[in-house]
Amino acid sequence: MATVTRAALQWDYAPAPEARDAASLRSSYDLFIGGEWVAPARRVATINPATEEPLAEVGSASASEVAAAVAAARAAAPGWAALAPLERGKYVFRIARPLLDQSRDLAVVESLDGGKPIRESRDVDVPLAAAHFFSYAGWADKLSYALGGRSFAPRGVVGQIIPWNFPLLMAAWKLAPALACGNTAVLKPAETTPLTALLLASICEEAELPPGVVNVVTGDGAAGAALVRAEVDKVAFTGSTAVGKEIACALAGTDVALTLELGGKSANIVFEDAAIDQAVEGIVDGIFFNQGHVCCAGSRLLVQESVAEEVVRKLWARMERLRVGDPLDKNTDVGAINSAAQLERITSLVAAGSREGAERRSISCALPDAGYWFPPTLFLDVAPAHRIAVEEIFGPVVSVMTFRTPREAIERANNSAYGLAAGVWTNNGAQAFSVARELRAGVVWQNTYNRFDPTAAFGGYKESGFGREGGPAGLLPYVRLTV
Amino acid sequence: MSRVLTPVNRVGVDERAAALGRRSIKTTAKRQGIRLAASMIDLTTLEGADTPGKVRNLCAKAVAPGLGLAPVAAVCVYPALVGVAVEAVTGTGVAVASVATGFPSGQTSLDVKVLETREAVAAGAAEIDMVISRDAYLAGDDARVAREISAVKEACGDAHLKVILETAELPTYAHVRHAAELAIAAGADVIKTSTGKAASGATPGVVLVMLEVVRDHLWRTGRVVGVKAAGGVSTTKAALGLLVLVKETLGDEWLTPSRFRIGASSLLNDLLLQYAKLDGGHYGRAEDFSKE
Repeated sequence: MATVTRAALQWDYAPAPEARDAASLRSSYDLFIGGEWVAPARRVATINPATEEPLAEVGSASASEVAAAVAAARAAAPGWAALAPLERGKYVFRIARPLLDQSRDLAVVESLDGGKPIRESRDVDVPLAAAHFFSYAGWADKLSYALGGRSFAPRGVVGQIIPWNFPLLMAAWKLAPALACGNTAVLKPAETTPLTALLLASICEEAELPPGVVNVVTGDGAAGAALVRAEVDKVAFTGSTAVGKEIACALAGTDVALTLELGGKSANIVFEDAAIDQAVEGIVDGIFFNQGHVCCAGSRLLVQESVAEEVVRKLWARMERLRVGDPLDKNTDVGAINSAAQLERITSLVAAGSREGAERRSISCALPDAGYWFPPTLFLDVAPAHRIAVEEIFGPVVSVMTFRTPREAIERANNSAYGLAAGVWTNNGAQAFSVARELRAGVVWQNTYNRFDPTAAFGGYKESGFGREGGPAGLLPYVRLTV
Repeated sequence: MSRVLTPVNRVGVDERAAALGRRSIKTTAKRQGIRLAASMIDLTTLEGADTPGKVRNLCAKAVAPGLGLAPVAAVCVYPALVGVAVEAVTGTGVAVASVATGFPSGQTSLDVKVLETREAVAAGAAEIDMVISRDAYLAGDDARVAREISAVKEACGDAHLKVILETAELPTYAHVRHAAELAIAAGADVIKTSTGKAASGATPGVVLVMLEVVRDHLWRTGRVVGVKAAGGVSTTKAALGLLVLVKETLGDEWLTPSRFRIGASSLLNDLLLQYAKLDGGHYGRAEDFSKE
């Protein structure tokens, strides 16, 4: 249309890194037990998965150090439970506020330690963590309303083991309802991402929480196992289904209460009458958010056959524009894989997908030499029997399958050992609700995906676990109903 | 025949547009983006008080914006002032665009619209910015809307036709999508958001939906249709935001004035202010740059 032609430019975004000096990291951290920082017997380095450089030394707690933390929580339990509920609520508020005050610091550390894009840690992880404390703080003196007027008592001491994909957010999901209900807690963060939980411990210290109410012991799986077997009244675990089963076995026959939030192979279902461009955004968000390290990731994409070609073409075009790289760059969409072990698992499952005959497409993007990286990938021609359609990959890999009728979509979606979440994309409200009603998944998103809110319950069916977190339902696991 | 709308999810569109609005454009990307945005401007004056003198000043600014920036893509004026503008920009590479068809409301007969278009083209306009008849569109008379676009397109001859949807007056994003498809099918070379005279203009969501229509049309037919964002784009941040939308919806090859335009009057001076700041490290004063 112009009368003069000007050469088209290539316009690249210049690097826009969040300043790393926002992170006030120390070189070494102790265990937080009974309100004191206690030097551990053994320390290990935690590394930046984007560079493989060590960030800090943290404790690798032994069974006796875990027991000491549980003892501190036990000692603090009667006083904390006896506190007027309104006063307990105030303490929880006092954790929420500094989380926001220090949000930049926390977001940078979360991205450094876990590899997730700063865009996500800044816009999702940290604000949502604070929102959980704010929300549950308000419940502290209104518990009888949430519990239908029944009498109740706190569980006592709770052992909480959290995963590496949303370290600070999972700590908030666990601690906020536990504290609001009058329990004391021992929190064991994941081995590869201990740092923000330690910063949260500092925040608890600054909030002058009574000593022993919150204890943080860093360590590996052995420390988690020690916590499960320690003198706790309840265990809350978020992580893999394999470990969840071990914990369930360990606690079988005891009166220790248990909630498990485990793996998933969630179906994201796109009907032919959906708003396709927005559905594609939901597919991208569903599987590439946090490199696919999301228990409810929409890793099985079920598309109605009549629109499959359009959806796949648009999805692929959109994937090719994903910006993979430095997690601290504000324009990065997909960051680093959390650990060498996880990268190996993703790589081997993807290899199995190709071997079994599915068509693999990975975007061609420059990946850094150091660190752990995997390009966003989709698989076409996936059969329901393929391992990539059955097993949780926990990485940026989506398996595309088609269906012909709503009935078939529902059957396919439910045909899984898991049942954590699902997405339904349709412009037909009646269809959205009728399909959602039949899906055996703890969360069903309609025309959106990976949307979290502290007032909404989250949890699974089948091998995705039991118990709910979030909202009034998330209070139940932390009380004992006495009448 | 009743109209069939392709579903568009408002919440999803606005979220995607907002997410792209958070892209961080700094240093070299900002410098290059400002140059690019300036080159895509249809520098516009559309006031009752426009005079030959005012238009000549505008043209001088269009040809040499200052700070070594390349000329803008076009000047955009009322039909009566096309001759003045043509005389002022001939040989400079800046095109002359004229609004036509009873701009901005379009509430006049098709004969008058066609005549106005012919006169503007005869006076030397290389581009015509027409408005769709919102009265017909809102009443469901898609056939009339299409007929008028086709007639004006024919009257354009070799001139390029930009069809203004006036999205602020359309009910939903699904209607924006539908009206855009209708305009393209009827012969639009470019689809344009707004007149600049309505309550809102080129919001990121509206531009995103129109870019998606153009992408889908390209994929389906291989034909390139341009997009012009106009109305309310007055800051560097807003303009760079539009470039991000284009880049991430259609790709770098669309970052050219032959495929994407920004209709604006005051944007150019903000681009100059920001551009000068990149060099000097501090903001200048608005008075440092000529208003027109």
